[in-house]
Amino acid sequence: MAKKKSSASEVEQAQVDAGENAIFNKETEGLSQSQIVFRRFVRHRAAMIAVIVLFSIITLVYTALDWRIGSKEDPYIIPGWWKYNFEDMPPLLFEDCPGGSVGCPTIDAIPFLDGDGVKMGEHPFGQDDIGRDYFALVMRGAQRSLLVMFIIGLIAATLGTVIGAVAGYFRGWVDAILMRLVDFIITIPVIIIGSVIGYHYGNKGAAFLAVLLGFFAWTGLSRLVRGEFLTLREREFVDAARVAGASNRRVIFKHILPNAIGVIIVSVTLLMSGAILLETALSFLGFGVTAPDVSLGLLISTYQDAFTTRPWLFWYPGLFIIAIALCINFIGDGLRDAFDPRQRRRLTRKDKENARMMKNRSEVAS
Amino acid sequence: MRRIGALFIILFGSSFLLFNLAALSTDPIAELRLSDAPNKEQLIVSLTRELRLDLPAPVRYFIWLRGVLGVFVGNPNFGLTREQEPVINAISGAIPVTIRLVFVATIVAIVLGISLGITSALRQYTRFDYGMTFFAFLLYSLPIFWVAVLLKQYLAIDFNDFLVNATISPPWIIFFSAATGFFWAAIFSGTRKRVVQIFIGVFIANSLLLTAISATKWFAYPRLGPIAIAILGVGIALGVTYLSVGLQATAAVKTSLMMAGFGTISYFPAQAVLNSDRPRLGLLVLFVVLVAVSVAGSYVFSRIDRGPIIRTSLITSTLIGLLILVDRLMQAWRPFVESDDVNYRPVATIGQSTIWLSEVPFWVRVLDQVMHLILPTIALTLISFAGYIRFSRGTLLDVLNQDYIRTARAKGLNERTVIMRHAFRNTMIPLTTIMVADFAGIVGGAIITERVFAWQGMGTLFNKAIVSFDLNLLMGVSIFLSTLAILANLVADLLYSALDPRIRVGAGK
Repeated sequence: MAKKKSSASEVEQAQVDAGENAIFNKETEGLSQSQIVFRRFVRHRAAMIAVIVLFSIITLVYTALDWRIGSKEDPYIIPGWWKYNFEDMPPLLFEDCPGGSVGCPTIDAIPFLDGDGVKMGEHPFGQDDIGRDYFALVMRGAQRSLLVMFIIGLIAATLGTVIGAVAGYFRGWVDAILMRLVDFIITIPVIIIGSVIGYHYGNKGAAFLAVLLGFFAWTGLSRLVRGEFLTLREREFVDAARVAGASNRRVIFKHILPNAIGVIIVSVTLLMSGAILLETALSFLGFGVTAPDVSLGLLISTYQDAFTTRPWLFWYPGLFIIAIALCINFIGDGLRDAFDPRQRRRLTRKDKENARMMKNRSEVAS
Repeated sequence: MRRIGALFIILFGSSFLLFNLAALSTDPIAELRLSDAPNKEQLIVSLTRELRLDLPAPVRYFIWLRGVLGVFVGNPNFGLTREQEPVINAISGAIPVTIRLVFVATIVAIVLGISLGITSALRQYTRFDYGMTFFAFLLYSLPIFWVAVLLKQYLAIDFNDFLVNATISPPWIIFFSAATGFFWAAIFSGTRKRVVQIFIGVFIANSLLLTAISATKWFAYPRLGPIAIAILGVGIALGVTYLSVGLQATAAVKTSLMMAGFGTISYFPAQAVLNSDRPRLGLLVLFVVLVAVSVAGSYVFSRIDRGPIIRTSLITSTLIGLLILVDRLMQAWRPFVESDDVNYRPVATIGQSTIWLSEVPFWVRVLDQVMHLILPTIALTLISFAGYIRFSRGTLLDVLNQDYIRTARAKGLNERTVIMRHAFRNTMIPLTTIMVADFAGIVGGAIITERVFAWQGMGTLFNKAIVSFDLNLLMGVSIFLSTLAILANLVADLLYSALDPRIRVGAGK
C-alpha cells in the first residue's frame, strides 16, 4: 500500500479504484445480506480450509471410539471404528522402539517414501504407562475439549447477548447494575475463577465444569453487544419500527439483533478458541478435568516429564489442541472479514481487467 | 475522583464475588472428616474456630474486609495463611519475582510485536504479510505450558549440549542462513531480481558470520570487545538516525556517530568502573555520563530543531551502553559456566536463580539470573506478542487510510517521515491501551509459566492457596491482581486522553 508508485501507474490505479465499486456492486446485486456474507466467507481461503479441517477433526474424534450409553454394567454400545477404547488396557508392546522405550507409536504417515506406505499399525500414537492405547486417549481428550469449548461458547453467547442487549436497549439503572456486575467479574483474571471452580467441580465431569465456566465467560461479549445496541437503538429504522407499534421484544430481536449478529458471531468464535485453551490450561494445572476422565491438557500435564524418552506422549495431544484452536481462529478471522462492510477482498488481476474493460466501455458510451 | 470511587466499588464487588464463590466451593474440613486421626473431633472444632467457619460466608467476608481496610490507617491485616504466616509477607516476597518475569516479557513482546506488525502492515498482501498473519494465529493457538516444555527440551537441554562443543555443523549453517535470507528477502520485497539479490547477499553474509562464530567457538567463549562494539555502535547510530530523522540531517548523523565513537572509547574506563566494588553505582555513573555527553554533543552539533537530535543521540547512547553491559556479562560467562554449581549447564530450566554453594562475584550472579529468565521470558513473549502483531498491523492500516496521511504525502514529505512521524505516532495511541491492559493479563498468564518453570512467585502462591483451601492467601493474591488490572485500566484511560486531545475522561456524559 505504502509503496511508491510512478505517476502513470497511480493514474491507472485511480481508474481501477473507480471501477472497483462497480465490480463489487455488480457482484452483490440482488443478494440478501446473509448471502453476501456467506459468499465472502466462502471466498476466504484460509477460513474455508479451517472449516474443512475442523469438520474432519470433529468427525474423526467423535466416530473413533465406542459410545457407551446407559448404565456402567450393561451399557448400550454404539461401536466406533477404532478397535480400542480409552479404558481398555492391551498389553504393552516392546518391539522396535528407539532407545529401549516402550509403547512407541506405530503410525507411518510418510507415503511410500520409506517403502512401506501409510499404515496405522497396532497403536498409531503409542501407548501410555499402563498400556492404554494413546490414540484412543487422545480421541477421548479431544472429545472432552471440544465439548467444553462448545458448551462454554453456547452459554457465553446466550448470556452475553441477552445481558448486553438488555443493558444497551433499556439503559438507565438496568444498564448500570448489569455493567457493574460485568466489571466485578471481568476484573478477576479468568484463570483464577476457572481454578477456583475447576478444583472443586472438576471431578463432576467435563460438561458440568464447562457449564460453570460458561457462567463467567460472557462478560467481554456482553460489553461488545451493549455498545452495539447503544448505537443501533438510535438509528432511524428502530424509530420507524417503534412508531409502527412494535413491542420492545420485537424491536430487540427482529430489528436490532440481526444488525449486531456479525459482532456477536466473531467474538463468540474467538471466545471459543480462548475456551479450549482455558480448559487445557486448567486441566494442566490440575484444576480442570481430572482422572479417570481424560482431557488434552491433562494428558500433557501427566506426561510432560516423559518428553525426553517418549516424546509422542507429549506431541499428539498438543498438536490436537493447536489444530483445533488454529482452525477456530481462522474461521473467526474469515467471519470478521465477511461481516465487515469496509473489508474488501483483494482484487485479482482478472477483476482489474474486467474493471478496465468496464471503464473503457463507459467511456465509449459517453 | 469519581473514577477512583468507582475503582473501589469494583474492587469491593469483585472481591466479594470471589470470596463467596471460593468459600462456597471449598470445604476445608472435608479432608479432616475423612481422616482417621484420634483427635479428629477436636481438630475440626479448632479449625472451625480458627477460620470462623461457624459464620456464613458473606459475614466472614466482612471480617476479612475489615482487616484489609486497615490499609487506610496504616495497619493492613490480610489475615494469616494456613501455615500461620502473615499473607502480606508471603505476597510481598512473591511480587518482585513475578514482576521481574512479566516486565521483561512485556517489553520484549511490545518491541518485537510492534515492529513486526508495522512491517507486516507496510507490506500488506505480500507473502511476508500472510506469513506473519499465520504466525500470529499460530501463536494465539499455542498452549503456553506446551511451548514451555518444548523450550526446555530444545533451548535448554539441547543448547547446553551444543555449548559443550560450540561448533555449528555445515547443514545448520546453511539452514540458518537460508532462513534469515528468506526473512529479509520477504521484508524487502520488490522485483524478483531484487529479492534474489537480497536473499543471496544475506545468505552469504550470514554463512560467513556463522562459520566465523563456529570456528572461534564464540558461543563457548562469548565476548564483544571494543572492536565489535565500535562496529555495532556505528550500525546502531546510522540505523536509529535513519528511523528517527533520516540520514539527510547531517547534524543528527554527526551527533550519533560521535556518540558511537564516545561509547567505544568509554568502553575502557567503563571496565574499571564496572569491576569496582560497587557495580550498581558504576552502572549508574556510566549511564549518567552517556546521557550527559549525548545531550551536550547534540547541543554542539545542532543549531536548530534540537529536540529530535537529542532524542536520537539519547537512544543511540542508551543502546551502546547496553552493549557495554552485555559485554561485561559475557566476560562473566566463563567463570559462570565453569563454577561447580552450574557445571556447564548454563541455560536453566527451573527456578529463578542458582543456589550458590560458594561465594561468586556480582556479575556472575547477575548473569545467572539472566540465564534463568531466558526460557520463561521466551515462553511468555511468544504467547503475548501475537496480539501486538495483529493489533499494530490493523491500527496502522487504519491510520494509513486517514486523510491526514494523504495530506502529508501530498505535501511532498518522504515516505519515512510519513510513516514514522505521522502514521506511527498515531498508531501508538490505541496501542498504549492494549499495552497497559495486557501487562495485567500477562500476570495472570504467569501463573502457568511459573508452575512449569518452578518459580516462586504469585502463581505458586495461588496454586498453594487453591490446593490447601487457603482462603486468606487466595484473596490476597487475587485482590493484588485485581487492583493491578483496575489500575492498569485507569492508567490506560488517562494515557489515552493525554495522548489524544480529542478524548476527555470524565467530562460529562
